[in-house]
Amino acid sequence: MALLLRGGRVVDPSVGLDEVCDVLIRDGLVVEVGVGLTMPKGEEVDCTGMVVMPGLVDAHTHLREPGREDEETVASGTRAAAAGGFTAVCAMPNTEPVADEGAAVRFLLEKAETEGAVRVHVIGAITAKQEGRALAEIGDMASEGAVAFSDDGHGVADAGTMRLAMDYIKRFGVPVVSHCEDTALAGRGVVNEGVVSTRLGLPGWPAAAEEVQVARDIRLAQLTGCPLHLAHLSTAGSVALVRDAKSRGLGVTCEVTPHHLFLDEDDITAAYDTNMKMNPPLRTAEDTAGLLAGLLDGTVDCIATDHAPHAAHEKALEFELAPFGTTGLETALALVATHVVAAGTADWPQVAQWMAHGPRAALGLPEVRIEPGAVADITIVDPAQEWVVEPGGFVSKSRNSAFLGRTLTGRARDVLIGGYFALRSGKVVV
Amino acid sequence: MLSNKHILGMDDLSADDIARILETAESFAEVNTRRIKKLPTLRGLTVVNLFLEPSTRTRTSFEIAAKRLSADAINFSASASATVKGESLRDTAATLAAMSCDLVVVRHKYAGAPRMLAEMMDCSVVNGGDGIHEHPTQALLDLYTMKRALGRLEGLRVGIVGDISHSRVAGSLVPALRKVGATPVVIAPPTLLPSRPDVLGAEVAWDLDEQLASLDVAYMLRVQMERADGMPFPSLREYARFYGMNAARLAKMKPEAIVMHPGPMNRGVEISADVADGDRSLVLTQVESGVAVRMAVMYLLLGGADSGVAA
Amino acid sequence: MSGSGKAKAVVLDDVAIDRALTRIAHELLEANKGAEGLALAGIVTRGAVLAQRLATRIKEIEGTEVPVGTLDISFYRDDVATRLNPEVHRTDLPFDPDGRCVVLVDDVLFTGRTIRAAMDALMDYGRPSCVRLAVLVDRGHRELPIRADYVGKNVPTSSREQIKVRLLETDGEDTVLILGEDGEE
Repeated sequence: MALLLRGGRVVDPSVGLDEVCDVLIRDGLVVEVGVGLTMPKGEEVDCTGMVVMPGLVDAHTHLREPGREDEETVASGTRAAAAGGFTAVCAMPNTEPVADEGAAVRFLLEKAETEGAVRVHVIGAITAKQEGRALAEIGDMASEGAVAFSDDGHGVADAGTMRLAMDYIKRFGVPVVSHCEDTALAGRGVVNEGVVSTRLGLPGWPAAAEEVQVARDIRLAQLTGCPLHLAHLSTAGSVALVRDAKSRGLGVTCEVTPHHLFLDEDDITAAYDTNMKMNPPLRTAEDTAGLLAGLLDGTVDCIATDHAPHAAHEKALEFELAPFGTTGLETALALVATHVVAAGTADWPQVAQWMAHGPRAALGLPEVRIEPGAVADITIVDPAQEWVVEPGGFVSKSRNSAFLGRTLTGRARDVLIGGYFALRSGKVVV
Repeated sequence: MLSNKHILGMDDLSADDIARILETAESFAEVNTRRIKKLPTLRGLTVVNLFLEPSTRTRTSFEIAAKRLSADAINFSASASATVKGESLRDTAATLAAMSCDLVVVRHKYAGAPRMLAEMMDCSVVNGGDGIHEHPTQALLDLYTMKRALGRLEGLRVGIVGDISHSRVAGSLVPALRKVGATPVVIAPPTLLPSRPDVLGAEVAWDLDEQLASLDVAYMLRVQMERADGMPFPSLREYARFYGMNAARLAKMKPEAIVMHPGPMNRGVEISADVADGDRSLVLTQVESGVAVRMAVMYLLLGGADSGVAA
Repeated sequence: MSGSGKAKAVVLDDVAIDRALTRIAHELLEANKGAEGLALAGIVTRGAVLAQRLATRIKEIEGTEVPVGTLDISFYRDDVATRLNPEVHRTDLPFDPDGRCVVLVDDVLFTGRTIRAAMDALMDYGRPSCVRLAVLVDRGHRELPIRADYVGKNVPTSSREQIKVRLLETDGEDTVLILGEDGEE
């Protein structure tokens, strides 16, 4: 069957496209892009005023299945992804049990096949049980389709272990995704060490705890030749290290999250809102400025959500006891639309780069383009829609958003995966 | 009668509130010298001491204060409570709220817990110490003690010596001193200072000896011997050598200057035995003041909002 | 009741206040058969002033110093939970009430609740052999079975009216006023 996306602003920087035109889709593929297209038979979708872009990918998602199905499942997490405009997510391995063997990867991919609303890529663990000691069954997982390896949630404390892992992983041609946290420096820290830790009497997690591992892992990437992707960078200093590495031609990529871009430590008030408790923690205004500058100059490759759903009763604990993280799939695109596009800092082609092409390139995922012959994974955004982030409005099973109460401008209207709607007129339809 | 229904931190108290609490405490101090130390003032009201971290001294002080005001004081402590069985603070708060108490004093291992309680309960909440954050009634009793000893607060230079970064006492005392026009000076090795001491609003010094001559009060903090993550200095002996109050250091201070300590003291570490027991140490006065100040806090929080004209 | 407020009227002027206190001092001494064993406890703030003046009168009459103290009854009120005294003063009784005849002194006797609180406060300091009550003005409307032993002047009032006692030491003049029903001065 054919689908004609009529009259949207079609944006794809990978093919130099940014114009109001039509996109014709047939049998799951883009077949024609141009003005005044016609089709003998099929459905026409009015995209006037919309932005039509390559489908977004989240490089950093916690689906919580298996183990914490009360917080999120493959079914609910992928539906939340569709609602947020994503056509694919990359599932992190810190589940219960940890995805550290081929069977776990296969389980997730099969689950996604039958229950998923968007595509799911699986990231396997670097070390067994993510304990930072023995290597996980990396080859087994790679054979089952793991796209990258990460001990996300923990830094790999021992440099020798990290070096070993990178040396081993490089033959599979996939990147290591590094969660940079030197636990000896971060300690029991729950907020940025500095003003906020002093003000609220909370243990601090200094910027240096991230930066020393960023520096270490860049050196190890150089030593081993293994591609390195740095997860959720939170400090301007980390971005500077990546900028330097890239200038030296190293195979290093990195991501930043919407919460580190659009929130800072001053958002953690005497209310001790645990939805503001992140790992790495919210940093200073100078850091958020540094992250944005990194995106704009290309040092930062992509925006990833680090979607971290948590049970309400666990987020309701004391700040120091509550788990880290915020949900992000359903707010990421809207936050970027509001604070970057509507604010005039960047335009939609850059958003497509950061949220569609950047993550695919960083993790070696199949490219998606809006050109004849390409798979029709497409996100259609209403850039003018105003909406309020409300606890009752989430598709995700969890509501622990750091952005509750915010009014945002811009929201995904439709998501097409292989030519089929996963989101249509703002409703998840699979 | 105070600006806020709760005392969760010094931010909840204005300079006027502090003055009123200290004045009211003077009247209660008089009561505490009587043969019959009990007042009928808060008869019929219930004060819950929710101590989810052990602290016999503070709990006892609040308990005596409540009992001297004829309130029913109920101790709900960690060892006896369900919290050890994993009941969340919110569940505990809901349970207490259902029992309709009038004031909850909470001591908790984690910063911000008193605010969580305050949000969940209709009654007043007093922070009896939360994590490494604040301990406002300790700061109030310290102000009271300084004022009684030195006759004023404004213009005093108060050196707070020791583990500033892990001290809820310093967390409240520094802003309290600023509110009453005194100058707090935090004195510690860099490893015991918060990463941004400038945020505290105190002067910062690494060298105690350089400060001695200018101080009106030397406030010695307790060295926490039970720290899990190791001592942030080489040895107790070395700590005492650089930061311990002793007769030689006391001799370098102004003749009227006083020494204070929130207790319990490690004699021979942050304070030598002769200074601790000497006539310039106000350690016991602090304990005594604690009851009067906590009585004043309870009285002013539980008294009606409508001030009325005396009949 | 706005607009219907009565003009204020002087109930006692400075001469009358002086005369009343002198008479009360005489009555006290007569009833006690001298100043022996007598002590005065003034209720803050104006009762304390009046107690001081009575002591001075007694000294003038008998040549004896009678111990005088002040009682703050804030902590003994029966309505703390709904109404709080904005200012708490110190109680200062420089004598042991045990075995003495303690005279409570206040400016106005109204519902009697203040006196009830004052008696409770006094009892916490000791066990007087007897307690008497002296007031400058008794305006009626008692809510408790309390009666003054010595009264400067009985002033019948409506419960909506206010009695205002102003004394030299606290207010710069000696006068007792009755204020209109809406309390306007």
